[in-house]
Amino acid sequence: MLEARNLAYRYGKQHSWLFNDLDLRITPGEIVGLSGPSGRGKSTLAKLLAGYLPPGRGSVMVDGRPLPESGHCPVQLLFQHPELAVNPRWKAGDILAEAGPPDAALLRDLGIEPSWLARYPHELSGGELQRICLVRALAPRTRYLLCDEMTSMLDALTQASIWRTVLDIARSRELGLLVISHDQALLGKLCHRTVCYFQSDHRSSACFPAAKPSFVRKAFPVRRDSPAARTDTWAPPPPPA
Amino acid sequence: MLDIQNLSIRFTRYTFGLKKKEVCIVRSLDLSVSTGQVMAVIGQSGAGKSLLAHALLGILPRNARIEGRVFFKGQPLTPERQSAIRGREIALIPQSVTYLNPLLRVGVQVARAARLSGINQKDVPATVSRAFARYLLQKKVAAWFPFQLSGGMARRVLTATATVGMADLILADEPTSGLDPITAREALGHLRELANTGKAVLLITHDIETALQVADMVTVFCAGTTVEVARADDFKGLGHLRHPYTRALWAALPTNSFIGTMKPIERTSDTGGCPFRLCCNDQDAVCGQSVPELKQAGEGWVRCHHA
Repeated sequence: MLEARNLAYRYGKQHSWLFNDLDLRITPGEIVGLSGPSGRGKSTLAKLLAGYLPPGRGSVMVDGRPLPESGHCPVQLLFQHPELAVNPRWKAGDILAEAGPPDAALLRDLGIEPSWLARYPHELSGGELQRICLVRALAPRTRYLLCDEMTSMLDALTQASIWRTVLDIARSRELGLLVISHDQALLGKLCHRTVCYFQSDHRSSACFPAAKPSFVRKAFPVRRDSPAARTDTWAPPPPPA
Repeated sequence: MLDIQNLSIRFTRYTFGLKKKEVCIVRSLDLSVSTGQVMAVIGQSGAGKSLLAHALLGILPRNARIEGRVFFKGQPLTPERQSAIRGREIALIPQSVTYLNPLLRVGVQVARAARLSGINQKDVPATVSRAFARYLLQKKVAAWFPFQLSGGMARRVLTATATVGMADLILADEPTSGLDPITAREALGHLRELANTGKAVLLITHDIETALQVADMVTVFCAGTTVEVARADDFKGLGHLRHPYTRALWAALPTNSFIGTMKPIERTSDTGGCPFRLCCNDQDAVCGQSVPELKQAGEGWVRCHHA
């Protein structure tokens, strides 16, 4: 289980706390949606969970242990802007090889053409580069995937096909997913539950049950004891402010 | 305001040693935007939407070759004219946040854009603070560096940079990606206001639903060419959309069925015939014979043998 306990963060002492006492749990195989206004720390939370930033207060645990200091991190983050997440002087093939030799079947499923691997990042479109980053993040040792606006730069057809592939992989490997998006319709289709942090008081304040996602329920049959069954027990949405 | 006819963009690429190869990214692209209009451009990622914006400003890399005719305000858009009017009469909201100068405070960057667009030096501070207020950026943000901004804030700073001046044509390349729905609607609402005051906006986007709220017309790109031009109202249901790619795109939206009814287009056919026939579900013998012309259909245009 990926667990954040009493997490708080601020960028330096002169800035205010982005969030306080934030708790989040993602169990293997669970897909959690996260939404909230822009500039309130959604991406920062993702960076904390993936170990890119040290928490200001609180802790991030994977199966009761802190994130490893070195080696492959079991929590992988996909950034909002893939062009900032790759080395501009490496070819796409070298970027992929960073996480070990890429899986040929995965490359085919995501529609990555072999000719792309010889190109530099600036020669690929944002959508093509994001798929390269996705393959790199889906290395065999990855157990939790944090998708920060992963498909916001893709067209609807590619978005649908990429999510289908990611959901298939997540199901077969029991990956836990955190999906950060502004698109409520997308979160409704993908997630077992949606969390909305970062309201005006900057504290975790509201949780609401996701709409019954038939698409996901077909892909993930819900067992009584599975995390997705908990959707029924979440509190109703708060009245709009 | 802007009229593009039969535009194509090619890139030369070194394959091995000094051997060169020419790759055609955009072919036979047609588009026109008139005064007071918001023209949304949607379509496949990698179809050349951003390249179009860069071609209009003349900021493509040196290995690019552009063919076709482009008219801006009735006059041909030559490279000399492009460098004279970019930033003044044509402004760009870039797609990526890497377009901000990483070593300059964002307030300075917006002020510089305002100065370059021809605003009087002593009016610049007031204009900049108005632009910040309009995009709901706090005053203290002006003193921050780009790395301190969140994705959505950087996007709003870029939008402020382009709209702070008095440009007549605004090329907005994905101005809403990474913004929450309320901020996105306000940013687009402001582009709509600019169009209502007699400017023209070319809105390149993937967020079809938000774009439809402000756009008059929609151009659909696929594989580097225009496949359909439709009114925004035509997107109310599948019945009015004419091209199979547009219909597939509409059906794949999360608010609709979220199912890819068509294979995502990775490979296009160069061997003559319709470029999409390899991916299209409705193809038959006619599609293999000739490239379809863009023909008028109702108030829009479509490039398909079966429309």
